[in-house]
Amino acid sequence: MGIRFILMVNKQGQTRLAQYYEYLTIEERRALEGEIVRKCLTRTEQQCSFVEHRKYKIVYRRYASLFFMVGIDNEENELAILEFIHLVVETMDRHFGNVCELDIMFHLEKAHFMLEEMVMNGCIVETSKSSILTPIQLMDRA
Amino acid sequence: MALSGMRGLSVFISDVRNCPNKEQERLRVDKELGNIRTRFKNEKGLTPYEKKKYVWKMLYIYMLGYDVDFGHMEAVSLISAPKYPEKQVGYIVTSSLLNENHDFLRLAINTVRNDIIGRNETFQCLALTLVGNIGGREFAESLAPDVQKLLISSSCRPLVRKKAALCLLRLYRKNPDVVNVDGWSDRMAQLLDERDLGVLTSSMSLLVALVANNHDAYWSCLPKCVKALERLARNQDIPQEYTYYGIPSPWLQVKTMRALQYFPTIEDPNTRRSLFEVLQRILMGTDVVKNVNKNNASHAVLFEALALVMHLDAEKEIMSQCVALLGKFIAVREPNIRYLGLENMTRMLMVTDVQDIIKRHQAQIITSLKDPDISIRRRALDLLYGMCDVSNTKDIVEELLQYLSTADFAMREELSLKAAILAEKFAPDLSWYVDVILQLIDKAGDFVSDDIWFRVVQFVTNNEDLQPYAAVKAREYLDKPAIHETMVKVSAYILGEYSHLLARRPGCSPKEIFSIIHEKLPTVSTSTIPILLSTYAKILMHTQPSDPELQNQIWAIFRKYESCIDAEIQQRAVEYFALSSKGAALMDIMAEMPKFPERQSALIKKAEDTETDTAEQSALKLRAQQQTSNALVVTDQRPANGTPPVSELGLVKVPSMSNVDHSSADHGVTQANGTLTVVDPQPPEPSADLLGDLLGPLAIEGPPGSAVQSERNLVPGTEGVPNADDALAIAPVGEQTNTVQPIGNIAERFQALCLKDSGVLYEDPYIQIGIKADWRAHQGRLVLFLGNKNTSPLVSVQALILPPSHLKMELSLVPDTIPPRAQVQCPLEVINLRPSRDVGVLDFSYKFGTHVNVKLRLPAVLNKFLQPISVSAEEFFPQWRSISGPPLKLQEVVRGVRPMSVAEMANLFNSFRLIVCPGLDPNANNLVASTTFYSESTRAMLCLIRIETDPADRTQLRMTVASGEPTLTFELKEFIKEQLVSIPTVSRGPAPPLPQTQPTSAPAALSDPGAMLAGLLH
Repeated sequence: MGIRFILMVNKQGQTRLAQYYEYLTIEERRALEGEIVRKCLTRTEQQCSFVEHRKYKIVYRRYASLFFMVGIDNEENELAILEFIHLVVETMDRHFGNVCELDIMFHLEKAHFMLEEMVMNGCIVETSKSSILTPIQLMDRA
Repeated sequence: MALSGMRGLSVFISDVRNCPNKEQERLRVDKELGNIRTRFKNEKGLTPYEKKKYVWKMLYIYMLGYDVDFGHMEAVSLISAPKYPEKQVGYIVTSSLLNENHDFLRLAINTVRNDIIGRNETFQCLALTLVGNIGGREFAESLAPDVQKLLISSSCRPLVRKKAALCLLRLYRKNPDVVNVDGWSDRMAQLLDERDLGVLTSSMSLLVALVANNHDAYWSCLPKCVKALERLARNQDIPQEYTYYGIPSPWLQVKTMRALQYFPTIEDPNTRRSLFEVLQRILMGTDVVKNVNKNNASHAVLFEALALVMHLDAEKEIMSQCVALLGKFIAVREPNIRYLGLENMTRMLMVTDVQDIIKRHQAQIITSLKDPDISIRRRALDLLYGMCDVSNTKDIVEELLQYLSTADFAMREELSLKAAILAEKFAPDLSWYVDVILQLIDKAGDFVSDDIWFRVVQFVTNNEDLQPYAAVKAREYLDKPAIHETMVKVSAYILGEYSHLLARRPGCSPKEIFSIIHEKLPTVSTSTIPILLSTYAKILMHTQPSDPELQNQIWAIFRKYESCIDAEIQQRAVEYFALSSKGAALMDIMAEMPKFPERQSALIKKAEDTETDTAEQSALKLRAQQQTSNALVVTDQRPANGTPPVSELGLVKVPSMSNVDHSSADHGVTQANGTLTVVDPQPPEPSADLLGDLLGPLAIEGPPGSAVQSERNLVPGTEGVPNADDALAIAPVGEQTNTVQPIGNIAERFQALCLKDSGVLYEDPYIQIGIKADWRAHQGRLVLFLGNKNTSPLVSVQALILPPSHLKMELSLVPDTIPPRAQVQCPLEVINLRPSRDVGVLDFSYKFGTHVNVKLRLPAVLNKFLQPISVSAEEFFPQWRSISGPPLKLQEVVRGVRPMSVAEMANLFNSFRLIVCPGLDPNANNLVASTTFYSESTRAMLCLIRIETDPADRTQLRMTVASGEPTLTFELKEFIKEQLVSIPTVSRGPAPPLPQTQPTSAPAALSDPGAMLAGLLH
């Protein structure tokens, strides 16, 4: 199915956004997020962007204080996901104008809407920024 | 609007953010949950706005990792709200909080369906997204046709259709039985013509699922995928919005190439050509650029193209181009590219022909094993494991061992298991294998499972030449100040069995061995003590002449443990004490352990079991299986029927020793006489038959003992010359250009193998070819064991089978090189098509200094396809009478028979699986036998034989053979005749007299049964 989850976590390890495309209980999520955050946050810039964890491969990218982490299975292309993260960030940038952690925190619903337009059921639906943002802009005007 | 419009939510989020610690956060969250709960209780007074706010708070709390076990109903109810903002929140929060099995979801089905079939596009999108994320069976049942309609509807806008595609994907994946996709291949093909790239992206994901399930139905989509890929790669008609750093949607390119990998192959030459043009362009045209994003995106496409090329099993040229690219990647500084280079190289191992090119990068890969990044180290480990074979085991395993000392704990277990497996699978020689395992235990004892040390004990027990070496090594490790308990176990076991082989070395007297082992006793756990007790008992037994002081010491220990609380220890102590007081009787009971039956390595099995089911791993497994089936060194891979699994090795159980005592004592004696000076370079002779190993005559069964071996080596010239006059040595000696003299008589070895199913077929100073056969009806499976006896490799090894016309023979690949002291197994499948006495020939050659070529007859002879059947008088006579005469029943007077008594003759017949039925013929000078013959043409066919001897002249007899098939009758008669006139003999006397006096068996007629019969009938 491709993408299993998308996490946005700050460097203190606090989850700022979590979207799962398979059902995990809250305990499983807590454990998984804790383990992944521990693994990814201790890595240096010189190390690669991929971490293998349990049955997942985590593709992650850091933007200032925020880590974007995407859990994928073997059906995905790692570099494509790495750039997909950047596409998410660029899309948010276009909407918020230089997005930061607080934007995502206090506009949680918008972040959710954007993600919803980009990924569905673990698959990429849309990669055109204008198509992604159209419904949100419509709503803002409403 | 939005959150900024929901002040309460913003306040709550700030509050949580400002919490100084987790405890405070929990208090704040609990307070809020209590608040929401109360508000929801008086639902009546809630405005949609308030509801929306509380539901968002719930989602936020849930995201923080707190359980939210109420309010689901409120979230679901928002879905039916008439206004978009509330409805949207309802949909999003519901799909985040609930899973597909949640009961409340059922309440929403109707609303969801109404939204889907309604006219409001935005509502349609919301509903499709929810179903696409969490839709279960009931959704599939009630909604699938609607969703399918939306996807292909021409009036629907792309924004709805792209969601419909992924919604359908979910419904289909979850419930393929409910969603009807018959006839969808045409629709999918149409969808792939879509200009809108959003719809195309989603449709491509849907296509992957459909093709993965049934690729046959979707062939028509294949050229469309190639077209879509061409359009993207050439940047034709791609809107600016869909190019990413100048690259036309890299995600869609990747997805399209993924979809293509679900088709097993591409048959249409035009499609294939266009695809390879695109792929070639990607492979050649991807440059490294400064912009990170552009670089990543173009390399994402490049790696996917590599995967597709590998999948398509392209021409060698483009393959080596791929390996060259990957070779470049694994050496670059950029860690992502290095990681993916290693990963894809591992995938590439499944492609044949490129392994040798990959091996050229071994040094670079080993460097990656020391990379500071664990992700890269793991990939390097996997790749090294996959690429290991006989030619590079030593290097790779030694690297793994070296790395073991510094490796992260997370990797040690995997590392040691992999090292153990590789050492076992590809060991160039067994002493090296022992070294590796002992080092492994020494360096990472905690991570070495019992299976690993059981296995090394098994190897040592089964290989006499290895025993002194293993004992020396075990003794050396005991000198180390602190050793792992597993090392204590394995050393104690090996020294108990074989320390007497070291008796003359310094520090190796029984007393010294005993005391150094006994030093460890206080440090070990209860599971190890029984092994130590067995070792003491064995040391005691081997101490000749007995040493009263040592005896008293050991007895004292036994007595001490006689009251041990652990039942196993107590029993051993009591029994060993009683046994060792018996003196000489101990000799028998405490003798060396017999050989273990060969069995599949538990380690390899374990590794196979634990491997998760991912695509590349299963490919690796596949390759591993291919390797083992072609030529697996050392390990016997056949499933050992009925033998206990390794965990029940019963290494030191007393009862299992007693029934094999005398023969294993013989082993012990031979060993004691032979030894230490002669290190026999024999490879092991795997055998599944434990009793056969122990009880079979030493002469031909398995490798000759070391004493026999060395004696033969002394006089190779006198006895090794094949007797060219021997009519049985039909191997065309004249063609052979060998300067190497075979050891033993080739013809005798062949004759012996005609009667038994395992033994040595050929041997010379450099190689030994053993054979082991298993016959079932008309089929046979032979395994050739090619053992290199030297310390340097045998090269240019070639084995050709020249089968006779009636046998179908298939030999698996024989490796070109046999590493030093290694043994290679090559299975040979045989099918008997029809009765014939012709034999197949193995044309075998190798190079060791000079070129050696031998042609050897293979013991796939007529009698191997016989199965004994004993027939009663009531069955025999009607059958006998019903076959009235030629050509089904043939009679002949045979002269020149080697004189033998009727009883001897009966034995001879039985040995060929012609079962003599005693008492059927009232005349004591006659003999009646029966058997069943199997071939593809005759199936199972009963054969009856009657021999009338003349007590006055034992050199002649009259023979009658009957069966339901003329050729069979004839061939069987001739076969028996051959056996009677020239009995195979193991004695090295002159060749038996040739059958000069046979009027009927003119060689020319042999191959022509018709002519032969004509001759018989006058």
